[in-house]
Amino acid sequence: MDVVDIARWQFGIITVYHFLFVPITIGLSAMIAIFETMWIRTNNPTYLRLTKFFGKLFLINFAIGVVTGIVQEFQFGMNWSDYSRFVGDVFGSFLAIEGLLAFFLESTFLGLWIFGWDKLPRWMHAACMWIVHIGTLLSSYFILAANSWMQHPVGHTYNPETGRAELTDFWAVMFNKVQVVAFPHVITACYLTGGAFVLGISAWLYLRRRTPDEDRPVYLTGARISAWIVLVAGVGVAITGDLQGKVMTEVQPMKMAAAEGLYETSESCAPFSVFTVGTPDGRHEKFAVTVPCLLSFLGTGTFDGKVEGINPLREKYAEQYGTDPGATYYHPEDYVPVIPVTYWSFRFMIGLGMSAAAGAALLLWVMRGGRRPRSKWWGVLALSLPFLAVFGNSFGWIFTEMGRQPWVVYGLMTVDNAVSPGVSVGEALTSVIVLTSLYAVLAVIEFGLLVKYAKAGAEPFVEPPDPSLRGPSSGSDGSDDDAPLTFAY
Amino acid sequence: MELTTVWFILIAVLWLGYFTLEGFDFGVGMLLPVLARNDTERRVMINTIGPVWDGNEVWVLVAGGATFAAFPEWYATMFSGFYLPLLVILVALIVRGLAFEYRHKRPEAQWKANWDRAIIYGSLVPAFVWGVAFANILRGVPLDADHEFTGSVLTLLNPFGLLGGLTTTLLFLTHGAMFVALKTDGEIRHRARALACRLGAGAAVVAVVFMLWAQSLSGTTGSAVAFAVAALTLLAALVAAARGREGWAFTGTFVTIGLAVTGLFLALFPDVMPSSTDAAFSLTSTNAAATAYTLKVMTWVAVMFTPLVIGYQAWSYWVFRKRIAVHHIPTPAPEAAAS
Ligand code: HDD
Ligand code: HEM
Ligand code: HEM
Repeated sequence: MDVVDIARWQFGIITVYHFLFVPITIGLSAMIAIFETMWIRTNNPTYLRLTKFFGKLFLINFAIGVVTGIVQEFQFGMNWSDYSRFVGDVFGSFLAIEGLLAFFLESTFLGLWIFGWDKLPRWMHAACMWIVHIGTLLSSYFILAANSWMQHPVGHTYNPETGRAELTDFWAVMFNKVQVVAFPHVITACYLTGGAFVLGISAWLYLRRRTPDEDRPVYLTGARISAWIVLVAGVGVAITGDLQGKVMTEVQPMKMAAAEGLYETSESCAPFSVFTVGTPDGRHEKFAVTVPCLLSFLGTGTFDGKVEGINPLREKYAEQYGTDPGATYYHPEDYVPVIPVTYWSFRFMIGLGMSAAAGAALLLWVMRGGRRPRSKWWGVLALSLPFLAVFGNSFGWIFTEMGRQPWVVYGLMTVDNAVSPGVSVGEALTSVIVLTSLYAVLAVIEFGLLVKYAKAGAEPFVEPPDPSLRGPSSGSDGSDDDAPLTFAY
Repeated sequence: MELTTVWFILIAVLWLGYFTLEGFDFGVGMLLPVLARNDTERRVMINTIGPVWDGNEVWVLVAGGATFAAFPEWYATMFSGFYLPLLVILVALIVRGLAFEYRHKRPEAQWKANWDRAIIYGSLVPAFVWGVAFANILRGVPLDADHEFTGSVLTLLNPFGLLGGLTTTLLFLTHGAMFVALKTDGEIRHRARALACRLGAGAAVVAVVFMLWAQSLSGTTGSAVAFAVAALTLLAALVAAARGREGWAFTGTFVTIGLAVTGLFLALFPDVMPSSTDAAFSLTSTNAAATAYTLKVMTWVAVMFTPLVIGYQAWSYWVFRKRIAVHHIPTPAPEAAAS
């Protein structure tokens, strides 16, 4: 093991872990804001109970998203210092703007939301959750702009004197064509995930025997709303994913070929492979189940478009960038990512995510008109949905990031040139071991808490104090200064 | 003014925001076992910072991000050079952040005791290590011609560095005690005030020694003024605390920490990370900087959004301005009621 391997493992583990919680935060904040707004508009206690119930689960999830995010922010400098020197001009700005615009917004307004039940007028309280959601969207936008720049560097020049990529056009990076398709794809995937989270838990509570009958309508309402969100988001994910595929075929043809295990160029009507086994050296296909012409459609938008294959692309890249991409790991697979990883992660992304959407449709059907099938398998299906969605996201990222190997910045810098030269194997190893074991423990704790609070179900309805009824300036009239706080840690 | 100088100032402002704000919530965390006598009192303390600690922490994220953008070389050298100390800080911040949210999620005493420990050490460790790190930045660390850090953790554990750590720890403890005195009511308020005075006296002695030493290393007139006023403000804060003027006392420690950070950055300028190997290898605010274009974009963003951020953060402090006392704490915790 050398530092590059260790740093890569750390980056993969730490980032995929962070992204287990992020899509839930993004999707769930929107759903809670919707529930709370519906409560204010209809005064129907059901919506307040859903708001509070999912609010609690949200906070358990959010906390871990935040603390794992801090590691993200630091590890570029710690493990990838040569990368940081090289791209700070471009990449660093987007990270900084993300913090200034998004993280302050999220953390401040979430604090107000958590502790503000008896201090803010209702509409303002609901607005806080909307602002948190806007914060998550801003955060996603800027971090994805940074990531899209690595996938397809634009708006910069390379300065041989300083050896750095220098920003020349901020807006080109903001509206990078990869970014323009990646952002909607990621966000719809997050809505799908947030929806699946609410649906899974609500439907399970609705179906479960132990649930008191008077509570069932609450969960049914939650399940219905979220199921529709999953379905709509599912369509959105597929459409945006298709757009992303086209841009990807254009800017990173090797990734598309690798996603498909397509070894030779297909002049027209390239088949979409459902299942392929290649030779161990990854150069030839042995066995495949395919849908004719579908890949051409995914990649180019017409059924007879030309899709380039791995082998000719490898030669093309070697000609363009030289025969040695840098590290020994990529020999003899120069410029070819690890095919089984890209191939299967692409399929798992689509498969798992779309199964979640199919599960939502199924649940909606079996619960139609307030039906309640008794088989416990429906409950199991419901609970599996959040996992399908979350892991769909993980596989999407694994595909995206592994598919651009050996590049860290496409066409500009390979991964093994990105690592910190001053960091020793011992240090890097300590870091990956400490963080991974800590994360493992935290996963157990957080999962235990989620289960505990999901099982407990929604609390009974209690009219929250409405400070706007008490006086114009929230809570300062002293009328119930001595009353306990509505919420306290 | 050169944009690189503007950004040097902005980075200083971000660290200043971080140390003055997170400084008191580190202090509150460290004082948990000292000031609180039982679980309800611990909850009083935790709830004084509950709504704001995450917003305070974001200052360090933005400071890191802004350094990455405006001074990529500085970010790269500092974060890879201070590898293990930063890892320790990360672990501390992780367990601490979770502790606030998870501590009240289960009723068992053992569960709470474990998370209390996470809060205490999670506050103590970064409070100390940041001090060590900044003292070393000022003192200079071994950097080679490529600006790579060539020392080890032991390089950082020199007397000046350790004194820096002790200074930040004591200042944050005092700052935290002042905050508890300002934000609570009842017995704990009195205890906090008394403790703030005692801690403050100790902090004053250590801080003065540290600032004199820092001044002798690379001080300028500016830093001398900042350090001197910082010391005077700290004394004023202690007098205010002794007289029961908690608002003024807290303002005093706030300004003290702000001025101490200002002094450090004034003493550092124009270097951002001096090399102890050879002054020619030092990172400065010009040779570590990003290009003029990036700095211009970033300046626009900072000018537009920083006031907004300060505005809504101030508003949230205003919303939560009321003192918290033991009788405000709902029992049992509404959340722990779940089966
Ligand atoms: C539940 C989540 C989910 C689901 C159901 C899908 N995706 Fe996806 N996909 C993601 C979650 C995701 C993601 C995790 O959000 C990624 C990783 C990076 C990115 O931009 O989005 C991603 C990346 C990603 C990429 C890589 C882009 C690149 O590297 O430039 C492509 C081509 C697609 N997706 C295409 C699709 C298609 C055609 C889908 C289905 C019908 C699909 N995705 C469903
Ligand atoms: C904008 C955000 C992101 C940036 C800037 C980014 C950047 C990087 C960098 C610098 C590496 C290390 C070099 C390498 O091994 O290729 C990497 C690898 C990787 N990242 Fe990303 N990434 C981002 C988001 C994500 C997310 C959200 C995920 C998943 C949840 C992810 C998953 C991975 C994986 C799986 C690897 C491969 C690790 C390996 O190569 O062994 N990335 N990315
Ligand atoms: C590798 C790049 C990434 C870095 C450096 C990073 C950094 C961070 C940091 C520091 C936080 C904590 C903020 C706080 O204290 O409140 C955070 C949270 C968050 N991040 Fe990431 N992040 C990365 C990838 C991503 C991606 C790709 C997305 C979305 C598409 C994302 C979305 C979020 C969201 C929504 C939050 C707030 C909610 C939560 O923590 O669950 N992050 N991130």
